[in-house]
Amino acid sequence: MPVTGSALLKAPGVAGFDEVSYEVKERLFEQVKADLRFEDYLYGCYECGICVAVCPSARFYDFSPRRIAQAVAREDVELVYQQMEEDIWECSQCFSCVRCPRANNPGGIILIMREAAINNGMASAKEALEGYTRIIYKIMSTGTQVSPDMLQPDAFPDWGPEVKDVSDNLELWRRATPPETMHTTSMSWDVADRTLVELYLIWFETGALDMIKQVDEGLHMILEELMEERLEEMGIQR
Amino acid sequence: MTIPVAALLKKKEKFERDPQRLPEDFREEVFRLEEEGEWIVDRVPEPFVEAPTKYGRSKKVPIANLWHHKSCGQCGHIPGYSTSIFWVMRKLGMDYNDPRDQTSCTAWNYYASATSNSAAQAAVAMRNFAAAKETGYFPLIHCGTSYGHYKEVREELILHPELRREVRDVLAKLGKPMVMPEEIVHYSEWFWAMRNEIAAKQVVNVDGIVATVHPACHYYKLVEGDAIYDPDVYGGQRTAIVTGLAEALGAEVRSYSTWFDCCGFGFRHILVQRDFTRSFATMRKIEVMKEEANPDVVLTHDTGCVTTLDKSQFAAQAHGRNVGVPVMSEAQFAALAMGAHPYRVCQLHWHSADYRPLLEKMGIDWEAAWAEFQEDLKRLERGEIEFLSWEDCDA
Repeated sequence: MPVTGSALLKAPGVAGFDEVSYEVKERLFEQVKADLRFEDYLYGCYECGICVAVCPSARFYDFSPRRIAQAVAREDVELVYQQMEEDIWECSQCFSCVRCPRANNPGGIILIMREAAINNGMASAKEALEGYTRIIYKIMSTGTQVSPDMLQPDAFPDWGPEVKDVSDNLELWRRATPPETMHTTSMSWDVADRTLVELYLIWFETGALDMIKQVDEGLHMILEELMEERLEEMGIQR
Repeated sequence: MTIPVAALLKKKEKFERDPQRLPEDFREEVFRLEEEGEWIVDRVPEPFVEAPTKYGRSKKVPIANLWHHKSCGQCGHIPGYSTSIFWVMRKLGMDYNDPRDQTSCTAWNYYASATSNSAAQAAVAMRNFAAAKETGYFPLIHCGTSYGHYKEVREELILHPELRREVRDVLAKLGKPMVMPEEIVHYSEWFWAMRNEIAAKQVVNVDGIVATVHPACHYYKLVEGDAIYDPDVYGGQRTAIVTGLAEALGAEVRSYSTWFDCCGFGFRHILVQRDFTRSFATMRKIEVMKEEANPDVVLTHDTGCVTTLDKSQFAAQAHGRNVGVPVMSEAQFAALAMGAHPYRVCQLHWHSADYRPLLEKMGIDWEAAWAEFQEDLKRLERGEIEFLSWEDCDA
């Protein structure tokens, strides 16, 4: 293992994931640092812990935004890798941590780390998105994140009996809303066809669709086919 | 131990703006980039209200001719939220545009799953802004997360020319120009700006109603300087949004010690890791509110917060926790105060926590209203009407 500044501070392997080479971990960290927002999100850390005090995830998980900001600031390649495999998906993305007196944005750093985890198909990303892929399908294919027909009692048993009432009366209750755009059941509102296809083009052109391939090849195939077909129907060249 | 909230507030809250902390005005950059041909600035139309923000900069809040950038969660799961916004605007005689040429900001998914990137997110924002400009209406953002995320996008586009180039190339393929609004405006800012006009049309007295307010993280924490702060509300130490409106209507807003905490939404958590969401929402928010303020209603101004604080109470109730308080947006509360129908307009039957005691305290006969709504549903079923209309709402 190469000797680095951070490696001198602790015993080798203390961060775990010994089976993964240092080079792989370093390459991942370089990807995180290469994000154009990285310099805007990290200035240095007083270790004051204000971000931890306001962090909802820190109250319920073994999670600390301060530890993440410090690991990244110290360029602790081993610890950053461990955090990408074990910690980053606990973050609530509420951005309470931007209360940082040094103007760090730990939540933003975590978002960059998550993107790198997705782009590299890391195990943590696949695990975090288990059960979530139907939501990705919904947002990418309909242009809206949640739909009324997702309110099924078996999916939300903890939300009370009203969910069943909604589910049983869905189509009727949707027609009983006055805004003309809201009579939909499979999307939040009625998104125009052309609008949707423009969104598809954005997913293709920016590489966002490719990111899905790393975490769920089947979902990627379905989305790609759907979007290509619609683009062709509308006569839009990629 | 009960936290002496009133004593703490008295001690700590005073309003002094430190001129050294005034950040650069992003609008200078927005207009400079327009001069350099990078984008077109969509100007705030008149009439507008000037609102004070955190560090003293004034923000223009447009009043009419608004393009309603809808919210996935509101339209999908809390339809009375969006409907109330439209209804209040109609009652005040404001023209608006409810577009089909609008996608979600897609930020809920982005914060949940990271299956996107800064170029895609900025392109989605700029596509929607360009669509609004085409109609001649100015964007009004319904969702707190869309509002916060669009401000993030604005910062990223200002700071990074390479991102602007990439997004411009994508928009060119859509045949759309780069458009940046002069201000990014949240619907709750409109309600704050119009609070006296709303109160002037009030028909339901809310003098005896006690409310607690949950300020939405993505409204005032993300790109914090752009949120509205009023020296007369909380001594200017917290955002004045929601509280300013509730007080203008005559409700008593009580403070509680965990006001800064998030609701527990968590983006991914609310859908697939709800044990976290339920625990945080009930133990750090609802129970604390109940113990310290005993509210009749919890008011908030974001999609995720209404869902989280409302839906999380059912399971906690089963465990005998100290919960059980209705949750709604300030738009729904204002609509009720203006005489809106609790089901045709506010669509309270989509909510989980029991709202009926609140309606009774407000003097609203929910049983009669529910019977009227059932009649509406029968007309729909018989095919007499295809949809409930705005006219039906006020019949």
